[in-house]
Amino acid sequence: MATELTFDPLRLPPECVALRREVRAFLAEEIEAGTFNPHQADNDQGYSEEFSRKVGARGWIGMTWPKPYGGRERSFLERYVVTEEFRVANAPVRLHFIADRQSGPVLLKYASERVKADVLPRICRGEVCFAIGMSEPNSGSDLFAASTRATKTDGGWLVNGTKVWTSNAHHAHYMIGLFRTSPATKENRRHGLTQFLVDMKTPGITVNPIYQMTGQHDFNEVVFQDAFMPDDHVLGEVDGAWKQATSELAYERSGPERFLETYYVLTELVRVLGEKPDIRGAEGLGRLVAQVHALRRMSVSVAGMLHAGKEPVVEAAIVKDLGTIWEQKLPHRARDLAAFAEAEAANRATFEEHLAFATQIAPKLTIQGGTTEILRGIIARGLGLR
Amino acid sequence: MASDSIVAETATRIFRDLCDPQTVTSAADERWKGPAWTQLEEAGLTLAWVPAELGGAGADLADGFAILRQTGRFAVPLPIAETLLAGWLLARANISSPRGAMACTARAGHPVSLTANGSLSGRLRAVPFGRAARHLALLARRESGDWAVVLVETGAARIVDGSSLAGDPLDAVTLDGIRPVAVKDAPAGLHDAVMLMGATMRAMQMAGALEAILDAAVTYANERVAFERPIAKFQAVQHNLARLAGETAVAMAAAGSAADALASSSAVPRGEEDLAVFLEAAAAKIRVGEAAGEGAAIAHQVLGAIGFTKEHTLHRFTQRLWTWRDDFGSESHWAVQLGRHVAANGADALWPMLAAR
Repeated sequence: MATELTFDPLRLPPECVALRREVRAFLAEEIEAGTFNPHQADNDQGYSEEFSRKVGARGWIGMTWPKPYGGRERSFLERYVVTEEFRVANAPVRLHFIADRQSGPVLLKYASERVKADVLPRICRGEVCFAIGMSEPNSGSDLFAASTRATKTDGGWLVNGTKVWTSNAHHAHYMIGLFRTSPATKENRRHGLTQFLVDMKTPGITVNPIYQMTGQHDFNEVVFQDAFMPDDHVLGEVDGAWKQATSELAYERSGPERFLETYYVLTELVRVLGEKPDIRGAEGLGRLVAQVHALRRMSVSVAGMLHAGKEPVVEAAIVKDLGTIWEQKLPHRARDLAAFAEAEAANRATFEEHLAFATQIAPKLTIQGGTTEILRGIIARGLGLR
Repeated sequence: MASDSIVAETATRIFRDLCDPQTVTSAADERWKGPAWTQLEEAGLTLAWVPAELGGAGADLADGFAILRQTGRFAVPLPIAETLLAGWLLARANISSPRGAMACTARAGHPVSLTANGSLSGRLRAVPFGRAARHLALLARRESGDWAVVLVETGAARIVDGSSLAGDPLDAVTLDGIRPVAVKDAPAGLHDAVMLMGATMRAMQMAGALEAILDAAVTYANERVAFERPIAKFQAVQHNLARLAGETAVAMAAAGSAADALASSSAVPRGEEDLAVFLEAAAAKIRVGEAAGEGAAIAHQVLGAIGFTKEHTLHRFTQRLWTWRDDFGSESHWAVQLGRHVAANGADALWPMLAAR
């Protein structure tokens, strides 16, 4: 066959079963103690210094990283369990999640020893929040059009320009920014960009809020005016960021957060339909459960490949494509299925609140972290069509 | 998936040599069937799930599912899946498998009765490969309500010929007054288990067929030139193929997972294990069935008019995808079952059930 896709039926190993019990017990305790409300779909509440520090103390942030940097050297599959249990419980992970998933691994691979020793242990303790500085007013899906400049100066670089749609920037202690250090070449339009670790307290950085249509504040505009980056904040090769970006994307794209973002709607739908749904409700629910089960099995399978040191770039893109479309459609399917359910279901108000929230955040799910169109381009390349 | 096993390789070789889709499509008659079946039988593939002491090859379930994936990849119009399942069913009740093709049915609706005098009564509406099989294996209900596994010679039954969308036999079989050639008590739970096996079997075949049509559509798009370039270079076509790849991927993952769940469960799953197998098999049949419909439509769209012809092999896969959706419970059938189960257990039990897999 010209097209080989791999989705082996991986089962999580026994250490994951024990860990899952531990994580559930922890979450139950924290819910009991009132640290967070699991019935709060609204992620705006998701930034909690108290919670992230507790998670850090448990050793569940940066848990796959080397011990000298504060990690626990646990497996990627164990991290998978923590991620999915937190997501389903609507735990407030906003402070540490990006650092744990993306920024920390980039630092581990490309940062100087001094930076690693300084920043990674603080990520693991749940103390630092990261933002990702990629998109710009004229550069979104087309990352290589970035024009925010870093110009060489004594002992470092001066950055000028603007990043937009930067989630977390108003909370973030650090950003991993993608800046132009040289013009693109004729031969390689991806040439000339460099990744930097940005300390958000650096003079010359201004963060302006951009409110979303729900009224939430997540996005920001980040303006750089002669902001100084020391030399040892360069991550990897100057002008060579394009070589560094691709393989990590498999981690970003195939995780449980790529199909469980609106899972709370499914939980509440089950409650609204009641113990004995009519045949329409039962069929609709059965299909949704089958679909989410299949997505999870695909996602676990990709996690297994990553764990084994493979680079399942196409498989990961497929998981995000199917997963985000599913979680985007979920509130609409739930709305249809609940149409004839008992109006007085005890959780009707909660269901409607969740539905309203999920319906409004749904459009972003197929945009953030690689749009559907970009993903299908990657899949097409994997199929040998490009 | 155990696609590298020797058993699967043997199946692949025989399919490629004797019943490749192009060969079957171009064949003037059905004379190719005899030699192909003989080779499959001699290699022990048709009775892979029957232990040696009952006349079979004694391969494990994973091997059989790997054969089934290949029957989908080659769209083989022979009752291999049916014979495999019949052998498995008979072996649950310690009945030896006869030689030759077998058919096997499992229907939730109106069961066949086994009367006190030892004869059967009942009509099976749509038996895949009914008239092509020498024997039929099924579950029949005694007057006591207990189930028995029975083996019937199809020559004794009244058969009204029917045809699946793929043109394979799909016959009505009337069993009134027929005495089975073998009858044994069925172990508890077998009635549910055979449906789950059948559903997973068809899911695996559909996954294989989706792999084949993805391959065919990609190859065609790279070769076919329109507007002075291969149509594979058009973004709209690329995105359609990416969606087909997604549907194929989800089918492989869901079917492979269900097959793995069955392969690592006991002979007739019960209790907790039963719940896991039920979720996996039901979800696979639902989601792979959905993928079959979506995937077939995309493949036809990419291949255009040529894919719609008798001479092209695409229809051998798509017609089977459409028809396999209906066997051993359609998407709707399983979705109602699964939905009722989830609703009865309540919202808080759903995530633990999913996460346990």
